[in-house]
Amino acid sequence: MSRHLVTLSVNGQPMKQEVEARTLLVHFIRENLGLTGTHIGCDTTSCGACTILLDGKPVKSCTLFAVQAEGASIETIEGVAQDGTLHPLQEGFWEKHGLQCGFCTPGMIMCAKAYLAKNPRPKDSEIRQAISGNLCRCTGYNKIVEAIQYAADKLQASEGKGG
Amino acid sequence: MAHLDDRTEHHTAKPEGSSKKVETTDEPRTTTPQKISGMGHRMKRKEDPRFLQGKGRYIDDVKLPGMLHMDLVRSPYAHAKILKIDASEALKLPGVLAVITGEDLKKAGNLHWMPTLMSDTQMVLPIEKVVYYAQEVCAIIATDRYIAADAVEKVVVEYEPLPAVVDPREALKDTVIVREDKEKKTNHIWHWSAGDKAATDKVFASAKHVVKEDIYLPRIHVASIETCGMVANYDKVRGHMQIYMTSQAPHAHRTVFALVSGLPEQQIQIISPDIGGGFGGKVPVYPGYVVCAVASLVTGKPVKWVEDRSENLQADSFARDYHMHAEMAADANGKIVGLRVKTISDCGAADAAANPSKFPAGLYSICTGSYDMQAAHVEVDGVYTTKPPGGVAYRCSFRVTEAVHMIERMTDILAHDLSVDPAEFRLKNFIKPEQFPYRSPTGWQYDSGNYAGALQKAMQMIDYAGLRKEQAEKRKKGELMGIGISSFTEVVGAGPSRDYDILGIKMFDSAEIRIHPTGKAIARFGTKSQGQGHETTYAQIIAEELGLPAADIQVEEGDTDTAPYGLGTYASRSTPTAGAAGVMAARKIKAKCKKIAAYLLEVGEEDLEWNVDRFEVKGSPAQHKTIQQLAFAAYTNHPPGVEAGLEATDYYDPPNLTFPFGSYICAVDIDSGTGEVKVRRFVAVDDCGNIINPMIVEGQIQGGLTMGLAPALFEEIVYDENGQNLTGTLADYLLPTAVESPHWELGKTITPSPHHPVGAKGVGESPTVGAPPAIANAVVDALWHLGVRHVDIPITPQKVWKLLRQHGVTG
Repeated sequence: MSRHLVTLSVNGQPMKQEVEARTLLVHFIRENLGLTGTHIGCDTTSCGACTILLDGKPVKSCTLFAVQAEGASIETIEGVAQDGTLHPLQEGFWEKHGLQCGFCTPGMIMCAKAYLAKNPRPKDSEIRQAISGNLCRCTGYNKIVEAIQYAADKLQASEGKGG
Repeated sequence: MAHLDDRTEHHTAKPEGSSKKVETTDEPRTTTPQKISGMGHRMKRKEDPRFLQGKGRYIDDVKLPGMLHMDLVRSPYAHAKILKIDASEALKLPGVLAVITGEDLKKAGNLHWMPTLMSDTQMVLPIEKVVYYAQEVCAIIATDRYIAADAVEKVVVEYEPLPAVVDPREALKDTVIVREDKEKKTNHIWHWSAGDKAATDKVFASAKHVVKEDIYLPRIHVASIETCGMVANYDKVRGHMQIYMTSQAPHAHRTVFALVSGLPEQQIQIISPDIGGGFGGKVPVYPGYVVCAVASLVTGKPVKWVEDRSENLQADSFARDYHMHAEMAADANGKIVGLRVKTISDCGAADAAANPSKFPAGLYSICTGSYDMQAAHVEVDGVYTTKPPGGVAYRCSFRVTEAVHMIERMTDILAHDLSVDPAEFRLKNFIKPEQFPYRSPTGWQYDSGNYAGALQKAMQMIDYAGLRKEQAEKRKKGELMGIGISSFTEVVGAGPSRDYDILGIKMFDSAEIRIHPTGKAIARFGTKSQGQGHETTYAQIIAEELGLPAADIQVEEGDTDTAPYGLGTYASRSTPTAGAAGVMAARKIKAKCKKIAAYLLEVGEEDLEWNVDRFEVKGSPAQHKTIQQLAFAAYTNHPPGVEAGLEATDYYDPPNLTFPFGSYICAVDIDSGTGEVKVRRFVAVDDCGNIINPMIVEGQIQGGLTMGLAPALFEEIVYDENGQNLTGTLADYLLPTAVESPHWELGKTITPSPHHPVGAKGVGESPTVGAPPAIANAVVDALWHLGVRHVDIPITPQKVWKLLRQHGVTG
């Protein structure tokens, strides 16, 4: 099996690692980089537990090879809180009880983060559509939608203040 | 090992503590300020910061030095003789250390078979034949998970296919025998019954109205987003086995491992780390766990096994698969008088159901539900088929979902047949508040309830009369709209030691609380959260009792070396059992605090009274000692004749189960062109007794409702005639997303349990139990005028479309 050097930025830090050609991006993130907040829930790109941001876009990292991230900038759940301060999405999930077992939560937050960047004032139905590639078995989704709405409101308010 | 033949269910009469009368209220009570956050506070969860930042530690996050990886070769046939297993090519791959077969396990001490929780036996790895599709055939141990997966492809297994038997009614003909290892050459496993047959037959003989229906609840799968897995770490020098495992019941699993392996129990440590959803699927011991532990024993190295999703869906324990034939009788006044049910339970290739030992059909006999009737008789026959073994809960208390679905469908059919509004029919037939504690015809003693209260509240919230009017108008226009009700009674919190055990171990649960000198605490429990929020709710229970801020109480579960012995978390048992143990342990601590306070304040104990977080001298509250002061004194200035320190343990044996209930009403619209069912509104009024954390209770109910919607409209494990699983990925086995999940409208009533020490009942599963019949009833209600009496779940667009065409609706 051929080996390749992958150079990329992970949560703002430059990284360089050698991997087998077939190494999945999710295994690279979890095993090589030790960032286990990105989870694996299925084999068919169905559940979204492995969602990360690749150059700002949400992708399911179980369906990409690590070598496909060459030169890219990736963001995982570990990079979302800044200097010990929770991101409004993390705060929203906590305030609104948007998580129970926590297994889908990192993927859900990453997906929502990319969506709010695209649509900062979403409607309930738009949020539901946006996270429809991420499965949650515990919450029934209502409180996840509320959590994302909380974050949208908070991000809007801070923008209004010029923050 | 006892064979489960011809069993009749008996319940102990008049459990203690059930006779106290209770009132129903609307809002939870709080007795502590927010800084303490005892019961009734919407405290944000203590466990969340780690999950929100990707710092949870789930099974696949456990990585030990020198760790090996295991993968499994699985059967492509549902039923086949194994002629030969050739692993020579697999063993040639660099990095492959071993291939473990059934023969190897046999040589290692007959480990190729294991006992199930229902005193049946199940293959770990097969020698003669396979009995279900995707059955574990042999295991690869390699240095890397990719190499292990490569090696799986290199193993050549020669099979001689045998006929599969997928339908249990076919299996009962015994033309194909699934379990040839058994002495009796039959697929019939056991017969079980509850209630009074003669009395029921008599009631039916003179009944004015009788309705009959065949109702099937199909196989479904819990499909927690995290699959199952293990890291086994055997230390040959110490003879010590450390096991990380996705376990809902770590102590019970430790005892099972000790009994099966012969390792001394003190040398086995089971750690259940953060669990990514359980719902019953992480109660059984699967073959993969056993082989993984054996692999570590043999190699002396840590071995990791984590299922992939298709393995999880195809081979792990299923839920439901109950074929029910029900009859319900009413008198001339439209009063329900009797229920008679015959059921076939498709067990798959082993009876590996996760039930208490004496209940092969779980708590199915709760099937008379919320209705007062003279007599009932219910029978179940367990049958082997060439399908994976199991019978787990899927977020319910041991077959209660099957029972509730049946009684709620039958009630609706009878109401419709009598041309009585289903709400009015229920109100007329409910067990009345003054009848509690209520003895059911199958022997249960319901602790408390106010069924009419919950239904009336739901009717008011959804504007039932308005919906009925709207339905009539729409029907005139040819539009299909239905309204469905489910007024369920659950039975949770197993259970009293006189009736409930698993492999002989009684179903108590436990708590141990230690108060530190600075007034902070650690509390450990015998249960194991899988997302229910125990780290918060248990802290709030202790805060309520002792006045320590919940934020100052660290809750731990899941490590058998540190937590007291308990039977784990499933069947909504944690609050009724371990939660109660937490209360009792806190009260022991409080009793000791009183002695210390009396000593410090130089008064008699009888002169003291408790006030939120302190003991005060009666009539002189300025003279007091807070819980923090008393904790400090327990270590620095303890009274003569009283032990130093401040800790207590309690093993709580509940006097009875608890009986949460509720009424759900939903409105559906059916697209006659496509057959699609849209849940437009869904009102859920739940009563789970006293509420510990209203936010967590809401979360449990909303999640449970979506998990009730799932089998009602989408989920089913489908097999073809050869026993091949046709729904082995999440692309085929459809879980609801945020788009399909309705906006749930919640309401509540509060009718405390008279015997639970803080009046709580358990809530996590009520909605999964109550929601499916509400939806099914709504669909049938929309189609009744066309001549449709019943439709089995999942109610897919294809099914509805066909029904509509059969009844002359062409869209």
